Amino acid sequence: MDAYLIETVIKIVVILLLFSALAGFGTYFERKVLAFMQRRLGPMNVGPYGVLQIAADGIKLFTKEDLIPQGVVPAIFKIAPVITVATAFMAAAAIPFMPEFTAFGYTVKPIIADINVGILYVIGVMGVGLYGPLLGGMASANKFALISTARAAAVFISYEVVTGLSLLAPLMMVGSLSLIDINNFQAGGFTHWMIWSQPIAFVLFLIAAFAETGRTPFHLIANDHELIDGFGTEYSGMRWGLFFIGEYANMFFISWVIALVFLGGFGDGSVLGALALFLKVSFFFFFFLWTRAAWPDVRPDQLMMLCWKILMPIAVVNIVITGIVMMF
Amino acid sequence: MSIEEFKDRNVGVSNYYQVDIEDYPTQPWDKFKRVVKRTFRLELFVGLWVVMREMIKFDIHTVSYPAEKLPIGPRYRAIHKLLRLWESGYERCIGCGLCEKICISNCIRMETKIDEKSRKEVTEYSINLGRCIFCGYCAEVCPELAIVHGGRYENASDQRAHFVIKDDMLTPMDELLTKQQQEFPGFGAVIPGSDKSVKKTPLAY
Repeated sequence: MDAYLIETVIKIVVILLLFSALAGFGTYFERKVLAFMQRRLGPMNVGPYGVLQIAADGIKLFTKEDLIPQGVVPAIFKIAPVITVATAFMAAAAIPFMPEFTAFGYTVKPIIADINVGILYVIGVMGVGLYGPLLGGMASANKFALISTARAAAVFISYEVVTGLSLLAPLMMVGSLSLIDINNFQAGGFTHWMIWSQPIAFVLFLIAAFAETGRTPFHLIANDHELIDGFGTEYSGMRWGLFFIGEYANMFFISWVIALVFLGGFGDGSVLGALALFLKVSFFFFFFLWTRAAWPDVRPDQLMMLCWKILMPIAVVNIVITGIVMMF
Repeated sequence: MSIEEFKDRNVGVSNYYQVDIEDYPTQPWDKFKRVVKRTFRLELFVGLWVVMREMIKFDIHTVSYPAEKLPIGPRYRAIHKLLRLWESGYERCIGCGLCEKICISNCIRMETKIDEKSRKEVTEYSINLGRCIFCGYCAEVCPELAIVHGGRYENASDQRAHFVIKDDMLTPMDELLTKQQQEFPGFGAVIPGSDKSVKKTPLAY
């Protein structure tokens, strides 16, 4: 029991530190990729090729004054970024980041808790993460933040239904909610990947993932060119940084979920499979940046129309067809 | 596109054409057809390809400014310069005061006196760059090509007065001796080949 506790604590610490750092590195990566796609160089001055830009940004965020403006609701204003970042990391608890491996004669499962409602828990806790923008924006006493909050609510009720319904069809085929079971279901190799049997669900979930993480085609909640920084307008220093870490951690975790559910995850659990999983996750993370360089944003009403009038009916039809095929 | 096409100011008909825009659908069925067409034509991937192509080509257009600078045109009007005569090293300025007179923002101030060689000497010459709008009239009106516009545009300082002093604008003697003073091809400069167009004043009558 003690060994289990210690192991879990170590895993939690590793994942927290690793993904906080990765979130920072993600910002550097995003700036570089966007710059290259727009024929710019991106950050170049801090360190070789600007790699130490993360450190500079980190120092700036940590040493900045933590402003609590007049007119805000201080308690909620202070707790909102914590909600975003905490739920993002809590969602990671049920994600297997790698296949099992043995180190020094001790078998390590790189998942904090293999609970039997895995994917449901991940999606649910990620959904709770929207309370960060929601509460932070409403507590901010700022009109732009309030508009952003209204959008957050609208986006939230739109995409969640697509997320759930699009995942339902693959889950019906697997018969388990645990991400490890979903992965093992596709362990047979490339042809067994869920994307081949559920391509529509894959596309729908990908679209919902973009809405979930608030990335560019659905970058409505904190839309810089319309709403300053949306819910983050009144935030400064590390509280704003927490929102940022939460967003990027979310991007990583949702990439992991997509890769695990639809693209075979780590396959049979070999070293090659683990490498393939990292490649898939990197691709999806890159895809999040790629679309940001290429695609325009949609309006909130367009997103709601898309989710309710187009994607939800398609998801329902997909479930019905899957059910009929499975029955016979 | 060649330079001739840019120089062609006759923008009547040649280079323009009407963009073909389809009529906006009004019937629900037509709207639905348009949605289906747009969905399956995969236009989103065109955008993705374009940015990916630019990333692969890696044709970076960034000028990392303080390290590298774009060349500026010879007619660029930045901080003024006072030039010296090539042979003697005297100041070209003859103290005529035309620049002070023509300056539309009243930022040029000069004081002159007659020196011991009966030559008009400029004792004080200052340009208030806080007021100067860099119109170039002073350089254009100068009969001696003494005040010209230079290419020094990085005039950030904590004191505006740092840039208005005569000593700062005047070509230093050592620079002149090493032939570093550059002739100004901009406003008021002598047009290349203008020697040939000079005619003798007809004094026969």
